Amino acid sequence: MAMTARQRAKVSLYVQAGIFVVAVAALILATDWKTIGNSVFNFAKIGPMFPDIFLIGLKNTLIYTALGFIVGLSGGLLLALMKLSSFPLYRWIATGYIEFFRGIPALLVFIAFGYGVPLAFGVQWNVTIVVMISLGMVAAAYIAETLRAGLQAVPKGQLEAARSLGMPQWRAMVSIVIPQAFRIVLPPLTNEVILLTKDSSLIYVLGLTASQYELTKFGRDGISSLGAGLTPLLVAGAFYLVITIPLSLLARKFESRSARTKR
Amino acid sequence: MNDVENNARNTAVHAAGVSLKDLRKSYGSNEVLKGISLEVSPGEVVCLIGPSGSGKSTLLRCVNLLEQPNEGTIHVGGFEATNPDVDIDKMRRKVGMVFQQFNLFPHLNAQQNCTIAQTKVLKRPQAEADKVARANLERVGLGHLADRFPDQLSGGQQQRVAIARALSMDPELMLFDEPTSALDPETVGDVLSVMRNLAKEGMTMLVVTHEMGFAREVADRVVFMDGGVVVEEGVAEQVISAPKQSRTKEFLKRVLDPTHIDISK
Ligand SMILES: Nc1ncnc2c1ncn2[C@@H]1O[C@H](COP(=O)(O)OP(=O)(O)O)[C@@H](O)[C@H]1O
Ligand SMILES: [Mg+2]
Repeated sequence: MAMTARQRAKVSLYVQAGIFVVAVAALILATDWKTIGNSVFNFAKIGPMFPDIFLIGLKNTLIYTALGFIVGLSGGLLLALMKLSSFPLYRWIATGYIEFFRGIPALLVFIAFGYGVPLAFGVQWNVTIVVMISLGMVAAAYIAETLRAGLQAVPKGQLEAARSLGMPQWRAMVSIVIPQAFRIVLPPLTNEVILLTKDSSLIYVLGLTASQYELTKFGRDGISSLGAGLTPLLVAGAFYLVITIPLSLLARKFESRSARTKR
Repeated sequence: MNDVENNARNTAVHAAGVSLKDLRKSYGSNEVLKGISLEVSPGEVVCLIGPSGSGKSTLLRCVNLLEQPNEGTIHVGGFEATNPDVDIDKMRRKVGMVFQQFNLFPHLNAQQNCTIAQTKVLKRPQAEADKVARANLERVGLGHLADRFPDQLSGGQQQRVAIARALSMDPELMLFDEPTSALDPETVGDVLSVMRNLAKEGMTMLVVTHEMGFAREVADRVVFMDGGVVVEEGVAEQVISAPKQSRTKEFLKRVLDPTHIDISK
């Protein structure tokens, strides 16, 4: 039976759709809907989570993320400039830092700054400081690489034009190169914020007072106190999406804008 | 050009001369400039011609130290550029540079392109910087496009903004590196006429170009470079119309008659 290329494509499409339908049907049949209804979609019992998960949890997640991002952005910019420096020692330090913090789980960093460092130096840090440092230091490693790529994406002629107008290196960086690099890295930077938002949940390893709870902590607490199974985590997850999906859309908007114009 | 006119030009503006002595520059083992000596008097216009890869851009970039020469001395105005103690940024303020690819700052509009270095480097008040920028944009015929961003301008317009940007720093010397090579043919004339006016006003100019018509008309002298050395230099008319060296003749034949293809090769 001879088929044209178009016919073959059509048949292949039908086959793929068929497989998809069968897979979904099998999944639905195999699911224990009664148990799931009780332990995952049990929305009748989650009333007590409100309004605190919104007023405290969401608020704290946003605060922790913002603090981590501020530290991460400043640290990342410093590291990126060090990595591009002509002074080898700076490059080595930056490379070492970046590889180290990208290579270990963020959870370990939280534990180190939550328990290890305070013990070792006999200091008392409140949770906000620990989150800011832990999230910030991990974020700095990732953001540094993003910014370095952005800085290198600015054509060399820009720096040369600025220098030939008599600008010192730092001024040329501040007024000419960094503003352009920033526009280039806006989409990946927005993605960093999404990652940070989720990483802020790692704070659960620290001892928190009620006013310091963020979304995941509310979810975990709900599991043990509400008798609605995993439903509270589902609620917490929904709140994350409320933050991350708009960010994702924003990143896409930045992307299409920078594709249209270099401004 | 006679001496009286020359003197008039020299006093019209503060002009900086350039003096290069035995300049050498290598990239790794590739020696690009092999001992270049060149004088540009204040108020003089010198065109630098030569085949691609002969080191013209490198020479120009050495003059404002975008490239560090390995040997030799460079004097620009009162500065000994090659003295390690020289304040490079201060020296560069006297030297305007125009690039083949314009290199306008894409995040700033035409006006801001012309003011940013004035306010940040010369510390001029914003109002004064705006006035200077405006005047220079008018000077290149683009006063009406001051608030356009580079991506809203044609190549020729961008290059004229780049010239206005350099002029806004009140340079005493202007360097041009093939300023019309990246332009659509119909916009080349506008840029050349801006440069012609600049020369008339007495600006000292060192211009790398393949525009022989411009060189013949505007340049006081033409310098022909090949393989990192100055092969021939002299009065523009003489070098272009009656070159002495065979390499110059060969080059000019190719540039002046680009449709001539030597099929024997
Ligand atoms: N940054 C650089 N690194 C290595 N080689 C270079 C660099 N810049 C220029 N060159 C080399 O120097 C030679 C002269 O280049 P250039 O000055 O740009 O010539 P021109 O402007 O006359 O075409 C070329 O062979 C080029 O490959
Ligand atoms: Mg060149």
